Amino acid sequence: MKFSKDHEWVTVAGGVATIGITDHAQGQLGDVVFVDLPKVGRVVKAHESVATVESVKAASDVYVPVSGEVVEVNGDLAGDPSLVNRAPESDGWFMKVKLSNEAELGELMDKAAYDKLVG
Amino acid sequence: MSDEALKRTPLYETHVALGAKMVPFAGYDMPVQYPTGILTEHKWTRESAGLFEVSHMGQCSIVGPDFETAARAMEMIVPADILSLKPGQQRYSQLLNIQGGISDDLMITHSNWSGLEGSLYVVVNASRKGFDFAHIEENLPPGLTFKRYDNLALMALQGPKAEEALAKLNVGVKALAFMNSGRFDLAGITAHVSRSGYTGEDGFEISVDGAEAAKLWNKLLEDPLVKPIGLGARDSLRLEAGLCLYGHDIDRTTSPIEAQLQWSIAKRRRADGGFIGAHRVQRELLGGVSRKRVGIKPEGRAPARDGTEIQDESGRKIGVITSGGFGPSVNGPVAMGYVETAYAAAGTPIQLIVRGQALPASVCNLPFIPNRFKK
Repeated sequence: MKFSKDHEWVTVAGGVATIGITDHAQGQLGDVVFVDLPKVGRVVKAHESVATVESVKAASDVYVPVSGEVVEVNGDLAGDPSLVNRAPESDGWFMKVKLSNEAELGELMDKAAYDKLVG
Repeated sequence: MSDEALKRTPLYETHVALGAKMVPFAGYDMPVQYPTGILTEHKWTRESAGLFEVSHMGQCSIVGPDFETAARAMEMIVPADILSLKPGQQRYSQLLNIQGGISDDLMITHSNWSGLEGSLYVVVNASRKGFDFAHIEENLPPGLTFKRYDNLALMALQGPKAEEALAKLNVGVKALAFMNSGRFDLAGITAHVSRSGYTGEDGFEISVDGAEAAKLWNKLLEDPLVKPIGLGARDSLRLEAGLCLYGHDIDRTTSPIEAQLQWSIAKRRRADGGFIGAHRVQRELLGGVSRKRVGIKPEGRAPARDGTEIQDESGRKIGVITSGGFGPSVNGPVAMGYVETAYAAAGTPIQLIVRGQALPASVCNLPFIPNRFKK
């Protein structure tokens, strides 16, 4: 698992990145009540705001850390947005993106570097 | 404001020790939530009893030679009926500017406090107390004095079990009627207790010396019925209850009539006027208003926040959301805002522009959750 400075995580299998927000991020947001996800088929660029996560208190943008095409979004979040709080780095994933530039993965941090960032 | 050090309330250390997430609010470092989170805190307040610290709010008194003199002076700057307040009784009102806009909203009590009988005890919003205190003092006729109580703490105990919890410290609070107040000994601490609040639930607002606040707070938290609640849940609770937040749902540009607060202006005051801003209030009571504050229920799950544009079904802008978010007890998005009067009837279909998308919604009656004030 790799991490962005905007508090997203990425895992890659077969050229497809699964993306979500980190445990640290969900802790900062508090109770998640709604997640606005991009449409499947949308072509996204790295660092673009593609999703919104709404807590009771506020709306926050989610930036996609890699470029590519959205091939799947997590439908479970519509019925149970609190998955983002309970399992942010597994069942609470946001979207899958078919990578168009795998070199971008090199800009991401490993867990040790991310943990250091969020202290 | 942002350059100044944040002020701390008497319970600052207590909140930190409880694990609260502290945030800047109106110049104070305040607890927005405790470790359980806003959803849990909100629901706990609706089911049991929630304890809030609101010492950042402004507490003051207007002391005159007698109640009538103080009441008449206050009636010059607010549209509520103050003269008819019985000792201990309190009333909600607004400070109006000369154009009839709202400078702040406030609670005014006919004090029955020993030594201050006949004076008015007033509580105003934290964000406005600098303005309010100066405004009230400037408008006092000779012979009246203004006192601010910067060393008093204020807390609120709210929820269906608030009475049960507070009665354990003094059974006398059970006899307090809604919007009435008195002096009570709570665990050896002298407290001004009123039956009022900002959640739509039964409950109490308790003013004590700041030096004794932590003792009372901790005593109340010993009761398993009571949990600490932050400003995050305070906001979602008041929104579900349809209560205005100054700076959002009411401000210098909105009148009490546009804000649908005419219930707080008695018949005598409507007819006689005689308060700052009366011209607009009387004109709007007779001739109507071009916009009204309404409840808004978005369809679906997406919250629509403060500032969201409201359109009619043809896509024409007809208003704006002034408070919006997720209602934990409603279990869905809830909002308030202003719409053109033609669209103010409950059931009117509207659309909300959220992130460029038009989301269907409808105008609805307030509150979202029935008030459960003490009858």
